[in-house]
Amino acid sequence: MTSAIEVADLVVHRGARPVLHGLSCTIPEGSVTGLLGPSGSGKTTLMRAIVGVQVVRSGTVTVLGRPAGDAKLRSEIGYLTQAPSVYADLTVRENARYFAALYGLGQAEADAAVRDVGLAEAASQLVGNLSGGQRSRASLACAIVSKPKVLILDEPTVGQDPVLRDELWAQFRGLAESGSTLVVSSHVMDEANRCDRLLLIREGLLIADDTPAAVKASAGTEDLDQAFLTLIRRQGTGVPAPRATGEASEVPS
Amino acid sequence: MILLHTTGRILRQLRHDRRTVAMLVAVPTLLLTLLYFMYDSQPGVFDHIALIMLGVFPFIIMFLITSIAMLRERTTGTLERLLTTPLRKTDLLFGYGLAFGVAAAVQAGFASALAYLLLDLDTQGAAGYVVMIAVANAVLGMALGLLASAFAKTEFQAVQFMPVLAVPQLLLCGLFVPRELMAGWLQAISDVLPLTYAVEALQEVGAYAEPTGTMWRDFAIVAGAVVVALVAAAGTLRRRTP
Repeated sequence: MTSAIEVADLVVHRGARPVLHGLSCTIPEGSVTGLLGPSGSGKTTLMRAIVGVQVVRSGTVTVLGRPAGDAKLRSEIGYLTQAPSVYADLTVRENARYFAALYGLGQAEADAAVRDVGLAEAASQLVGNLSGGQRSRASLACAIVSKPKVLILDEPTVGQDPVLRDELWAQFRGLAESGSTLVVSSHVMDEANRCDRLLLIREGLLIADDTPAAVKASAGTEDLDQAFLTLIRRQGTGVPAPRATGEASEVPS
Repeated sequence: MILLHTTGRILRQLRHDRRTVAMLVAVPTLLLTLLYFMYDSQPGVFDHIALIMLGVFPFIIMFLITSIAMLRERTTGTLERLLTTPLRKTDLLFGYGLAFGVAAAVQAGFASALAYLLLDLDTQGAAGYVVMIAVANAVLGMALGLLASAFAKTEFQAVQFMPVLAVPQLLLCGLFVPRELMAGWLQAISDVLPLTYAVEALQEVGAYAEPTGTMWRDFAIVAGAVVVALVAAAGTLRRRTP
């Protein structure tokens, strides 16, 4: 399987604070990759670097064979920010049609995206009058409207009820099956089980990069929540990570 | 095409905000009416002041509206999102220019109609030139508002850029004290402020039946200031942020 996204030795500082410390990973094409980790661990920063809106200090991010942020990638990539970024003073339909028009697409595609996120009945309501969950789905509609080859979704299912979450994941799976590469950040472990691969980030370092089954196996538990706790504790108590250098004898507690 | 879709999107946002549209049309006409009764006993003064106000209102109002609109694009994340799409920076900036230019034309049209038809405003030149200069002023206000929004982090700050960037231009444009009577250094400052030329162009329309060379030169200077402000504003739109 070819890789859609390659991140090599990525170092990002936000303000004076280092957020990612030399992170490397490869994301295969046509897959759904879950990005997990505590808040403040660097998930959003990694996603921003892949989209190409993050100033990076060193390292490279390659998307579909081009450097992240390349002008030619702009029609191939969709990005859902954590806070809904849609116009509150436009209706759901007007938002979707505007973002569709930016990709040269028409009203039919826009209306289909609104249906796909379950907002067909709210299509003529102003986004500002919607509930938080509906608002984030309106934002999602604008990200998937162009059926991009690479789709970066920052917590797309927060605040959605279980039925909708299930439907949205079916959508994500459908997009991956038609060849799109998805990176989805989440806090919900039951969603992590639906991913092809998982990346677990903690304090700017990658502590797991594998299939959900392999992550569970390496932690010796069937429960992903427990598996992540085990992996985090294993790292925190000084078991040298594979990339550690020769100073393992002086690992701080 | 993206440019026109962006213009349409901004006008649609405006249309959903009925109160803002109503105020855009009503406020200048009410203020002109107030001026009319204020100067009731001083013949000729209303003609002088109302003419300049027809150009100044759109400048100030569009400055405020655009700086808030652009600040919203920045703070709600829509700007960052737009810059990840195939949209070019110029599509966005000229989209704002066209949309608010249309809004300004409607506003100046209503205000001028009231001033000429009901308040007996008298100018030597044609009303069409007054509307033309008023629209150019609105676009100037819009361009400066786009630029100012880059230096504001909150709405409170954005609103206060109005007294910083707009009021000095108003004070020094020759409306309150004729430019010839100002101290040399004040005149020098006045010379580099674009609103000075907009006001001079309006005064030319007031004084001469046919458009003068000075009027066209002043109009071109205002248009040039718009381009400079838009280019500077484009420089503040960063695709990558820290």
